[in-house]
Amino acid sequence: MNDLSMHILDIIQNSISAGATRVILTVDENPASDRLVISITDNGKGMTPDQVRRLADPFFTSRTTRRVGMGIPLLVQTAQQSGGDVSIESEPGKGTSVTAFFGYSNIDRPPLGDLANAFALTVSSNPDMDFVLVYRYNGQEYVLDTSDVREIFGDGALRNLTIVKNIEEMLKENIAGMRNS
Amino acid sequence: MSKIKSLDELRQMKARLGNEMDIREKSNNPDKLVQIRVAMATCGIAAGARTVMNAIVDRVEKDKLPVIVTQGGCMGYCYAEPTIEVRRPGEEPVVFGYVNKDKATEIIDKYVLHGELVDGILPVNYQTIQEKI
Repeated sequence: MNDLSMHILDIIQNSISAGATRVILTVDENPASDRLVISITDNGKGMTPDQVRRLADPFFTSRTTRRVGMGIPLLVQTAQQSGGDVSIESEPGKGTSVTAFFGYSNIDRPPLGDLANAFALTVSSNPDMDFVLVYRYNGQEYVLDTSDVREIFGDGALRNLTIVKNIEEMLKENIAGMRNS
Repeated sequence: MSKIKSLDELRQMKARLGNEMDIREKSNNPDKLVQIRVAMATCGIAAGARTVMNAIVDRVEKDKLPVIVTQGGCMGYCYAEPTIEVRRPGEEPVVFGYVNKDKATEIIDKYVLHGELVDGILPVNYQTIQEKI
């Protein structure tokens, strides 16, 4: 995993596999307090306390196709090497929330990478799901909810790659603008 | 905390893109479209699936190809990632391994558009995760 956006792509896949219909991705960059927090909250099928406890074990997976699951263990490793950690809350039938903390200026923290692209790729390949991006930079907040996109453009809007491309550009500009302000 | 809401921007975007854009053109005939599924589990992403998916999405968007691009999970071909599964209408799916940007372009130009097979096909004893459960 070269950057944190790859982890984001990866962890959101878990939400999709868990049958989520709405996923909220929050990225909170806060250089002022030297923190970067990424959280992914879904309304999927959730996990039992026992499953949550075993998540950091690479040899635990709910899949039947193979016996290893590296997504969460890699995220934990990346967070811990950057002076942070990962916390997971889950309830069967309600959903799961994965929150990863990183030391912002830690030399071992990978760059955030192309967040707008990671979000757009996830949205375009799951056009019937709702995704919310909440991006914060030093306390400023930007929110994009794909259910708003659907409302304004019509139901099949997220199947249209031109619309998704334009949304990606819009996110890029807003993120860059907030970082430079 | 100052908040930026995206609603106004979205409305402006709609006005700019124009109303003539038919957002339903693809959802009308899903059976006639080629489906490309990029394996985007941990193994795929770590091996470069994001680059491959971006290349495919950009091409499909640019040339308005009759293709749906989605993400899939791990199919057990971790050694051959990035992998993509191509399903032409009415045909059995074909899985290509060790795909990069250039290979993706070749697969689109030859197999997706003309049904002409190219190197890099993985063995056919393969089931999707859905079939396996």
